[in-house]
Amino acid sequence: MIGDETSVVDYGDVQGLVRFAHNHLTAAYYLLLRIADARSARAWLRSAAVTTAATVSPLPDTALQVAFTASGLRALGIPETVLVQFSDEFLSGLSGSQSRSRRLGDEGANAPHNWTWGTAEHEPDVLVAIFAEPQALDACVRSLQTPEWNAAFVPIATLDTSNLGGVEQFGFTDGISQPEIDWQQQRNLRGDKPEYENSVAIGEFLLGYPNEYDCETERPLLDPGGVNDLLAPAREDPAKRDLGLNGTYLVLRDLRQDVRAFWSFAKSEELASMFVGRHRDGTPLVRTGATNNDFTYARDPDAIRCPFGAHIRRTNPRNGDFPQVPFGPIATGLQMLGFRKSAFHDDLTSSVRFHRILRRGREYGPGLTPADAQLPPPANDPPRGLRFVCLNANIGRQFEFLQNAWIASDFFNGLVGEADPLLGNREPGLAGESTDAFVLNRAHRARRRVPALPQFVTVTGGAYFFLPSLRGLRYFAQAGEEGSQ
Amino acid sequence: MTPQSAFFILAPVRPQAERELLALLETMNAQPGHADPNNAVIPFAQFPQLHFARVCLVRDDTTSDVSAYGLPQPQYPLYLAIVGDFDESPEDFLKDLSERTASGLAMLFSHCEGFDRNGDLLAWMRQHAAPASAWYANWKGRTMLQIREEAALRDAMETYLDGHWDEVASASPLELHAALRHYLSGEIAAARLTMTPDPPTRWQWWIANAFASVAPIVLGIVLSPVIAVVAVVLLVLVRIRESTDPEICPRDDPRHRAGIAATEDRDVSNPFSAVGTLKPGLVRRTVGLFGLWILNYAAQHVYTRGRLARVRTIHFARWVWIDQKRRLTFMSNYDGSLESYMDDFINKAGFGLNFVFSNGIGYPRTRWLLADGCKDEQKFKNFLQRHQFYTQVWYNAHPGLSAVDLERNARVRAGLEARSLSPRDADAWAALL
Repeated sequence: MIGDETSVVDYGDVQGLVRFAHNHLTAAYYLLLRIADARSARAWLRSAAVTTAATVSPLPDTALQVAFTASGLRALGIPETVLVQFSDEFLSGLSGSQSRSRRLGDEGANAPHNWTWGTAEHEPDVLVAIFAEPQALDACVRSLQTPEWNAAFVPIATLDTSNLGGVEQFGFTDGISQPEIDWQQQRNLRGDKPEYENSVAIGEFLLGYPNEYDCETERPLLDPGGVNDLLAPAREDPAKRDLGLNGTYLVLRDLRQDVRAFWSFAKSEELASMFVGRHRDGTPLVRTGATNNDFTYARDPDAIRCPFGAHIRRTNPRNGDFPQVPFGPIATGLQMLGFRKSAFHDDLTSSVRFHRILRRGREYGPGLTPADAQLPPPANDPPRGLRFVCLNANIGRQFEFLQNAWIASDFFNGLVGEADPLLGNREPGLAGESTDAFVLNRAHRARRRVPALPQFVTVTGGAYFFLPSLRGLRYFAQAGEEGSQ
Repeated sequence: MTPQSAFFILAPVRPQAERELLALLETMNAQPGHADPNNAVIPFAQFPQLHFARVCLVRDDTTSDVSAYGLPQPQYPLYLAIVGDFDESPEDFLKDLSERTASGLAMLFSHCEGFDRNGDLLAWMRQHAAPASAWYANWKGRTMLQIREEAALRDAMETYLDGHWDEVASASPLELHAALRHYLSGEIAAARLTMTPDPPTRWQWWIANAFASVAPIVLGIVLSPVIAVVAVVLLVLVRIRESTDPEICPRDDPRHRAGIAATEDRDVSNPFSAVGTLKPGLVRRTVGLFGLWILNYAAQHVYTRGRLARVRTIHFARWVWIDQKRRLTFMSNYDGSLESYMDDFINKAGFGLNFVFSNGIGYPRTRWLLADGCKDEQKFKNFLQRHQFYTQVWYNAHPGLSAVDLERNARVRAGLEARSLSPRDADAWAALL
């Protein structure tokens, strides 16, 4: 582990979830709350022991993270002049417009009007995520519920989680592909990056730092004075106080997985692995380097080993800025102008470094083995799935791009008639074109097309949150107080 | 080969007629922003050679940006634009259009200044034609007929493969090629499919095209000493201005954005329409004109096969000067979401974008004309979105087909028409199925 002192980031100001998944705390709840009384909510915030990203020894036995939707910040009394400086996606919300839902594939069974939470009176203001040892979790939640808490919040939903030992509900080892944050800012962000790198600029996951374009992402920058002085100066404009610094956006999507449908359809582990792009133990279908996250698709250009449409090949194509690694300035120039000989799939997929997310989700519901999944379901089969959580500094360019262009799109990478095999909603396109197939390329043989995939995953809720820094939390606990006086 | 062409008709709307015109445009749609192909005003589907079309009002909320240069806000008229890309000569197409949709066009133009219902419609349209300074077509010579036939062909092949899987599963690419050729010749004989051969190119076009492609190079070589000097001087003058030209890149008004977004992502492809004002002064005007000239040359003679530099998602695009070259409009038909389109722009064609658009007021700061600029990602996206305007009516003759789909279908057909393939070519061909 990197020592805290070597980073430019003040870990004590960053919520722990950005740096750690708290995997040693195997039990967790996501509490979705509505603010009933702003004054009490602010008082609770001031007293909340929010876990930071600073390393402690021994590891903490509980962790607490707090995030807000736009309506939550409004309910806390944050001035409108501050609110409008947050990103449009955050302000509008995950279910805030039909245009967004259409783009993200939240249509048909996934449509927000079917969600159990995340819309209208079920829209949360606050997310409180609590992590603990299994036997300590309930006590931990009870200890949160002070008189202030009870006066402050009305519960919208309590999302429980389950620990399947690093395996997601379809039975595949999960959480392998994660970007490595360049905490020490060792990467040179100027110029092109011809090859795939797993190290990504801090600014992609925390506001206030240079992102992959070597620019600071837009965020609220406030004039100094009064409560605003609780905030640190902005790095690129020290005259301003940075409400974004060390904060980020958190996307929470409740994904119900139909494990029985998945295995009844796939039947074999071979086809299921093709859907995922990995074997069940997490080994990728293409040859790897030292770890299961150390590989690219460069040696599988025709998708013989791993289908183009495989879930992990869609969600992280592992490419660089150029389809071919250039050698020298002339080759680079020729490629920029599009004069180098190119293959059919070249340049169809955007460079991945601008579209990475940090995944922090947890499973829910009891696990089910592939064999059991193919048996008839018992009465009252409990729901199971993923509380998908990701962190990103720019929801539009990161989560939404990924969800739209790489997951929901039925022409990703030149494919025809298919969306993500796991997450696709199987709704037809405008021209009536079907999106429910899955194509397996074979060496020196015709492709095999698997038709009529059923929907395996259904969105049942979701929201965009802002995960503030510790300074940001103090500001939120204070700013509304002054406004209301 | 049948080369493609474009038309762009621009007419100022009478001040009181805007609301009524918008209501009329609304009647043309089946979905927000998407034309009903058989609408009563311009039944686009009746023109089988038409690829894309749009009817929209060129609304510019950025005309006051000139105040950054101490200039008063000019009053431009609100224009009605009717735009299309098609397969024949502009003269023939406009004539055809004016004859077959005379009443619809007259209804539209009756909201414009100086339109006489009893006058000569075609002459009026010609009078109001605005020539594109630069125009790009994804694939020179790919006609709508070809697109339709090849899409049907590919569908038939896919259906055949799925329906005869037991027979074809273990076939080698060469055997597959032979089997599909056999199957399709039967389909063609039964007239269930057609594969119209590419008609010969008119010799006049070849000569004109060859001249247009060679003459500038010859002239460029002859005048290279002069051009080099002028270019260096211009570049230095631009460099001086770049450091002080104001950036005007506030975030787009959320209502403006939401209005446009409501029309987007209803199909694989989307329309993009934008307008902006040229920076004042002779230097920027010269560079702007030169940039578009180069772009047009490249689009007509270099990037004619599915790629604009590295970008493969643009079907057609046009850059048209309006108001005595004081403003520029840009209209394109592209695949994917606006976010992915802007991603393509920034990461694959940033230098070209800077060259052309940095001569517009408010563009993010460039360095030596080609560097930086759009690499300031959010400023650039803000700039582009703020200059974008709503496309009231948009028509796509091949919904559901991306430019890459069209390219693949053409390659599949070309391979199929080859009497025999080398094992290597057969392999590459089979991989496209």
